[in-house]
Amino acid sequence: MQMCVDPDGLAGLSWWLCYLTTNTHYSFYLSFGTILILIFLCAPVVMVLGFAGALSRRSRFLPLRTVGLIYTSMVRGVPDIVFFMFVPIAMDQAIEAIRHKVKCPEVTAPIFQGNDFVVCTAAKMPLSATDQWVHEIYGFFLALVAFAIVFGAFAANTLHGALAAVPKNQLETARAYGMSEKQVFWRIHLPQMWRYALPGLSNLWMILIKATPLLFLLGVEDAVYWAGALGASKTQIYDFPHGDWRIWYFSALLIFYLLLTSVSERFFKWLTLKVTREHNLNTDDLSSGVTA
Amino acid sequence: MSCADTFANYALRAIGIGARLLPKSDITFCEQVVLIGSGMIWNIYYGILAIMTGFFFATALAVARGSERQILSKSAEWFIFIFRGSPLFIQFFFAYELFVLFPKLSIDIPLGFVTIAADTRWLTKAWFGALVVLFLNTSAYSAEIFHGALKAVPKGDLEAADAYGMSGFARFRRIIWPTLLRLAWPSYTNEAIFLFHATTLVFLSSFPAWRQKGDALYYANYLAEKTFNPFVSYPIVAGYFILLTLSIIMVFSLVNRRLNRHLEPGQRSKIKYRPQVILTR
Repeated sequence: MQMCVDPDGLAGLSWWLCYLTTNTHYSFYLSFGTILILIFLCAPVVMVLGFAGALSRRSRFLPLRTVGLIYTSMVRGVPDIVFFMFVPIAMDQAIEAIRHKVKCPEVTAPIFQGNDFVVCTAAKMPLSATDQWVHEIYGFFLALVAFAIVFGAFAANTLHGALAAVPKNQLETARAYGMSEKQVFWRIHLPQMWRYALPGLSNLWMILIKATPLLFLLGVEDAVYWAGALGASKTQIYDFPHGDWRIWYFSALLIFYLLLTSVSERFFKWLTLKVTREHNLNTDDLSSGVTA
Repeated sequence: MSCADTFANYALRAIGIGARLLPKSDITFCEQVVLIGSGMIWNIYYGILAIMTGFFFATALAVARGSERQILSKSAEWFIFIFRGSPLFIQFFFAYELFVLFPKLSIDIPLGFVTIAADTRWLTKAWFGALVVLFLNTSAYSAEIFHGALKAVPKGDLEAADAYGMSGFARFRRIIWPTLLRLAWPSYTNEAIFLFHATTLVFLSSFPAWRQKGDALYYANYLAEKTFNPFVSYPIVAGYFILLTLSIIMVFSLVNRRLNRHLEPGQRSKIKYRPQVILTR
């Protein structure tokens, strides 16, 4: 805006208008979009991984069943934050190590040298000469993979429970009608599973939302980063000097998350009601024991 | 330096006893195991204290939530909504900024024979400030579990209590509360596990690790940065947490057995560790 060229002469409303429309503030607003993008990109991948995990846990083939068991159990024993910290850096090193082997076969020095991780310049990912935005997208992509792996394991738990919750006699009836195992699964087991999975899946959506600020830990310039950076006190050398306003920026974040979760909660309540009405069920049938 | 020396230097490093400097170069496997293990002291400290204090507040909140008085049930509902509806990570940031703004006051609390000077500056320190946040957070999550269990207490039990002339606190203490705990215990076990996991967030948020006294993940992160190798330190934290999770399950199973001691062994519901609802924050 024209009037914002000289911020020193501003006061009152126009000061606020100019302050809230600086470039850094636009980055702050955009970071809320990043959160939504992360959730919506993550959700389908999570469902795919969840099904893979749940089905492999039910597999008759022992090694596959073991893999499924380990995958579903790992998030119960180990804090998810450990995976969020570990997966991106481990993936980054794995990718660079493979590229190192392929692109620079002439280098024979080991990759782990004492306290260092050394790969040749051509193996760096992304190449150090590339633009800043490529680095940012790559970082976001690594974070996305970490989220998908952890939440896929949570989804596998939920879906495994839901598949086991479908009454056995329904499946037996289907078999008695002469359906093959494939038909039983696709026509009876899977459609019947959804209503048992609904409470778990709605909870999964909530914890996915609530995990998004952890992007900050992975070095992504997300809403938490900008809230801290913009809120920190600014001296007179800045265009818009102010005191320590971090508490207000974090309040804004808190309110954003509360809105997001309460809207989601309402949506899932409506969906549950719809499903129960269609199936003529009592709402209590859906929740297994004590709901939390 | 032998592993025994390392143990002497770093086993209690997280609470400020032992070597002052953290290992910087040529970090051995033994150093990693000992230092990260020392950090577990903080995870266990936060987890145990938050669960033990939160348990009572959560019971009060659940009762308030089910109260017929609008003001009680509404305020409990809002408290639970705010702490369950927002990320714990943001709560830590927000609480820290809030605690920093508090005026520096010192309040004397007379405890009969001694007087403790409670200081608002404690709130900006991780050992107390983060504990307050975790206490409020676990209270909200547990209150939701207890509230669900409270609603599920069989009507017949209450009517029987009425018929015996019990009312008020006696009815709560002797009829409602034991049944509530029995119903809620499997989910509460789950809550306890994920609360311990959530303690790893403390030193990653704005609470400062004073003199590099941090928790297990803080040290694992430090070591991974120093060695450029995440494949050692993070699996060590994972191992420690698997052991911790198994111990929590063991302790909670013992309590579960005591809660259900009036039942035949076959009738006792085994604690289900895989409920539909997962309580990470």
